[in-house]
Amino acid sequence: MSQPLLDIRNATKVYQVGGGIGSKKKEVVALQNFNLTIADKPATITTIAGESGSGKTTLANLVLGFTHLSSGNIVFQGKDISDMTHSEILDYRQNVQAVFQDPFGVYNPFYRVEHVFDLVIKNFKLHKNDSEARDRIEAGLNAVGLRGEDILRKYPHQLSGGQRQRIMMARAYLIKPKLIVADEPVSMVDASLRAAILDVMLKLRDEENISFLYITHDLSTAYQVGDQIYILYQGSIAERGPTTSVIDKPHHPYVQLLVDSVPQPDPDDKWETDIELPDEEVMRAADAKGCRFYPRCPNRWDHCLTAAPPLFEVAENKHEASCYLYEPKVAVKR
Amino acid sequence: MSEAQTSHSNTTAKAKNWADAKPVLKVDDLRIHYETPKGAVIAVAGISFTLYEGETLGLVGESGCGKSTTAYGILQLIQPPGHIVGGEIGLEGKNLIGLSERDFRRLRWTKLALIPQGAMNSLNPTMKVHEQIADVIVTHEGRQSKEKIKQRILDLFKTVGLPARIYDMFPHELSGGMKQRVCIAMGICLNPTVVIADESTSALDVVVQRVVAQTLLKVKELLGVSMIMIGHDMGLMAQMVDRIAVMYAGKIVEIASVHSLFKEPMHPYSQVLIDSIPSLKEKKPLKITEGITHDPRNPPPGCIFQLRCPHVMDVCRSKEPVMRELKPRQEVACHLYEVDAKGEVKNVAASA
Repeated sequence: MSQPLLDIRNATKVYQVGGGIGSKKKEVVALQNFNLTIADKPATITTIAGESGSGKTTLANLVLGFTHLSSGNIVFQGKDISDMTHSEILDYRQNVQAVFQDPFGVYNPFYRVEHVFDLVIKNFKLHKNDSEARDRIEAGLNAVGLRGEDILRKYPHQLSGGQRQRIMMARAYLIKPKLIVADEPVSMVDASLRAAILDVMLKLRDEENISFLYITHDLSTAYQVGDQIYILYQGSIAERGPTTSVIDKPHHPYVQLLVDSVPQPDPDDKWETDIELPDEEVMRAADAKGCRFYPRCPNRWDHCLTAAPPLFEVAENKHEASCYLYEPKVAVKR
Repeated sequence: MSEAQTSHSNTTAKAKNWADAKPVLKVDDLRIHYETPKGAVIAVAGISFTLYEGETLGLVGESGCGKSTTAYGILQLIQPPGHIVGGEIGLEGKNLIGLSERDFRRLRWTKLALIPQGAMNSLNPTMKVHEQIADVIVTHEGRQSKEKIKQRILDLFKTVGLPARIYDMFPHELSGGMKQRVCIAMGICLNPTVVIADESTSALDVVVQRVVAQTLLKVKELLGVSMIMIGHDMGLMAQMVDRIAVMYAGKIVEIASVHSLFKEPMHPYSQVLIDSIPSLKEKKPLKITEGITHDPRNPPPGCIFQLRCPHVMDVCRSKEPVMRELKPRQEVACHLYEVDAKGEVKNVAASA
């Protein structure tokens, strides 16, 4: 097997919270023993999904190097990103690019759109002369379905949210990265324009061999474009596998609840049952030792409190769920 | 489960009887502009609709199309430089436009309540939850005994599914879903006739969103209020509303029952909107729509959707389409359809 593009091993991130006058420091585990592998070839779109506080953005920040792991490793093309030399880090930044959630906040409103591209070209020294730089920008914009003459001289406020987000994709593409970390790239874009951005992701994957780490809370867009999906619950993987397999047939009780709660765009297919949420404190203070979903789980039993459930295979193609319901010997007993 | 099903059949039964339903709120040719140095931004360009007793009307459209401005216009909470330029808002037969601020204040909360967007920012962080709700009650009904108010607030908590222990808490101690339910409790505390929910579940996680949405539905059934739900999540609309009004660039382009709109949307923009909903059930090729909305200060003559419409014709560039009832309870503003002498609807593009 060839070397994976990105390999995250036993990643754990603990944030220290509080510690002000009169309050004790608390530890919040944002990510616990997280493992993820993205193969070098073919390029794939890997979705990280989960509710707020599940650790998805922490994961993005870790991969982009904005924060550091408490324990574990992030290995990119065989090299641990925490032991990289300065020049290797520059290389890494060229190989791993980001597209963020807010297409309104990432632009400086005083500069024209071309400034975004000029900066990138200058910083990464991508050009020999101006005309080559211009060709490169044009090629990048064409890849996302835009034309330079239409937008480069405009100011950010003259563009729609969808266009701005596609320009961000073009900017990331310009650098020819191997991996783009897209943190909720479509959540602030209108529904009718979302498809264009998702389509750019598919195109870059298929034609330019760029992999994506697609971070989202929206299962339906993940279902449309994602290859692999990891569903997080409070910092650990609840279920992972091929996207269609996981969403068509979820196994973990949390993922079942999640998939069932996505409002179906069909007036004849309404929610049937009422659900109750336990109190916030109960949910968050979930026993650090056992399964974190225990307080909300309809199938819980004492065994769940002994230790955090590992991933058990539930279907072919590495579709795994971290729930004792699928432990081979237990399944027989129940 | 059987209980849930019966409640669904109830709503559908009710939906069928709109013909006898009493109109509660009538908006007629409402126009709202925001003044800018370069001319007025036409945020709401003459919209008309009727809200019937006990129904939920969804108001959908992309950001900037004037959904929220419409809601704030109905409540007359538009801040300068915005102002209502014209139109009528009739509540139970009385025109609200032109009422003095003092008279209108009496109607807010008691007749018209708002559940705002982003509950996290609409509660006062320095006031305890019960104080904020008591504030509304006392302002409108005058002083009353503490025990009476406490009992009322606890009853409200029960209605919206909040535990009694949050009575003495501050907003920051609550989760997002709880804060949203506090806002719902405030909205219904004076038994309003009309509740306007402005994207009131859009900032929540999927599971919490479902809990809050179901709370809203339950409260609506229980109190029999009429509701306007503003949002852009078509899935949520399908789950919650009886009728949908689709807005584009300050105008309503189609109003129809939720079933007709999802099954057979007629206006090209509604079709785009329905087509662009990502499905969780089947993987299908993405449908890409291009185009940018015109400058809202300077709408083109003719149809407002002409710049993005896939079926645009010459007539669309000169003549503005009006709302016509093309099918029972389905009004559409589009030149694409013609009604012949027999009253049958024809698609002009298909026959040409």
